[in-house]
Amino acid sequence: MAKSIDVSDLDIYYGDFLAVQGVNMTIRARSVTAFIGPSGCGKSTFLRSLNRMHEVIPGARVEGKVSVDGQSLYDANVDPVAVRRQIGMVFQRPNPFPTMSIYDNVLAGNRLNSKRMKKSEADAIVERSLKGANLWGEVKDRLGKPGMGLSGGQQQRLCIARAIAVEPQVLLMDEPCSALDPISTSAIEDLIHELKTQFTIVIVTHNMQQAARVSDETGFFNLKGAGQPGHLVEFNSTEKMFANPDNDATEAYISGRFG
Amino acid sequence: MSTTLTTKEAPAGGDPSPSWISERSGRGDAIFKGLTIAAAALILLALASVFIFLFTQGFAGFTQPAEVYSKYGSSFWGYVWPLLASTIVASLIALIIAVPLAIGIALVITQYAPSWLSTPVAYVIDLLAAVPSVVYGLWAGIYLAPKLVPIYEWLHEHLGFIPLFGDVVSSGRSISTAGLVLAIMILPIITAISREVFSRTPRLHREAALALGATRWEMIRMTVFPYGRSGVISAVMLGLGRALGETMAVVMVLSPGTLFTFNLFSGSNTPSIAANIALRYKERSEGTLEVLIATGLVLFLLTFAINFAARWAVARSERKLAG
Repeated sequence: MAKSIDVSDLDIYYGDFLAVQGVNMTIRARSVTAFIGPSGCGKSTFLRSLNRMHEVIPGARVEGKVSVDGQSLYDANVDPVAVRRQIGMVFQRPNPFPTMSIYDNVLAGNRLNSKRMKKSEADAIVERSLKGANLWGEVKDRLGKPGMGLSGGQQQRLCIARAIAVEPQVLLMDEPCSALDPISTSAIEDLIHELKTQFTIVIVTHNMQQAARVSDETGFFNLKGAGQPGHLVEFNSTEKMFANPDNDATEAYISGRFG
Repeated sequence: MSTTLTTKEAPAGGDPSPSWISERSGRGDAIFKGLTIAAAALILLALASVFIFLFTQGFAGFTQPAEVYSKYGSSFWGYVWPLLASTIVASLIALIIAVPLAIGIALVITQYAPSWLSTPVAYVIDLLAAVPSVVYGLWAGIYLAPKLVPIYEWLHEHLGFIPLFGDVVSSGRSISTAGLVLAIMILPIITAISREVFSRTPRLHREAALALGATRWEMIRMTVFPYGRSGVISAVMLGLGRALGETMAVVMVLSPGTLFTFNLFSGSNTPSIAANIALRYKERSEGTLEVLIATGLVLFLLTFAINFAARWAVARSERKLAG
């Protein structure tokens, strides 16, 4: 189910503005890949280009190639809606649907994919997804209650449950812990460790300790200068990145001697 | 920073000691609070005085001698119900046409159209609201009504078994034409408010739906509609209020008949309450004015009841959401 992603010579634009330039990398299947870098360096933009969420913003487009197990995402005949069903996403701030119960939130994606579902089947998906997101024990007695009634960390795990309920091939996470307290953060990090046995996970984070804790491989993005596009400075195994990076800029950023 | 705290002059040789007693903020706040309360009270006062006027002046209208009501009936209720029925039917026609259209336009403007198209379209729709109702009346009575006759006749021919689509009046000046004009008149207000609430759907929620692989329409159903529902209901209520109370366009379109029928194409339907007041206001025969004011009271109570019902429905659905 989990798949690898190949990116070659990817340029990402907002209108005429080149936001990210010339990214090449291979993201391995069933591993956690983290992107770090200063604000505005394009790591979130790059992440959003991996499931074509980027083009939701008017004027945004990409040049170059992204392929998932050999299938190019940006071919003319590829439907972005189909891509997003295969490549799930978790956002910076928890965003359960406010008008839906916990139960319906988990099933939101499945209901899009297949119109009719047996009750027993739906129940099974909800239980499996919530268990997968380590939330089942906390909410199993109030599945009919609104998702917005949960705490921030629980809401974020609900969003993860919603994303994994459709069994995607890849799970993209855009700073999933930045709005959460340390205990919820730790719960989500544990969860990422468990999820990587089934899914390919790509995570953007501002927290370097988090990248070191959860990821197998790390990419460091930086700006070439003010007003210049962001680019990928170094992509290596996390161990090497944090112990002995190839690039001086990476070392400067990681050790805090940045700028 | 213009703080509300003032720092007293430091005594010679000592530290400056801040004074925590504000000298300005209290007065400004008090003035502002007074103004807002006065504004709110003024509205309630105006509403109450309208109601008291309608009630005291119109009360006599309920119990006039039978000949005063003779135009439409023999008692007040006999007099008012055809008017009330016309009012409601014309407004319902207007809503049935305008609401789907307005929501559709609002969706196109906020969700589908590129900005070079949506901005001028929104502007033109807003312009519709600036056209005076007299102009709509002239246009509809003289130009639109005859043009609609073939459509009415087609409906009569093919769907004539439904009592709504009866014989067609040759001038086309029927309650369905009045409803159509009302629809055009309430379209801008419903569109403008729907557009506003749709465009405020948080990006976070829209992206949540899109990232799950929702198509644009699925995204709209999952996030834009639930988020905008109460705003759209308010918009519809405002539109309905305008349709119920609209006078001029109905006076000029509808040839005033004397009885209410369910035939939407009939030329003999009674005017709406508001139109009837405008038509007969100048008569000033004995007791007529009181009767007209009493019908105004009925209209006032009707709009009030509809508004409360809508608020109640919105509040209930929101309570349900909050669990």
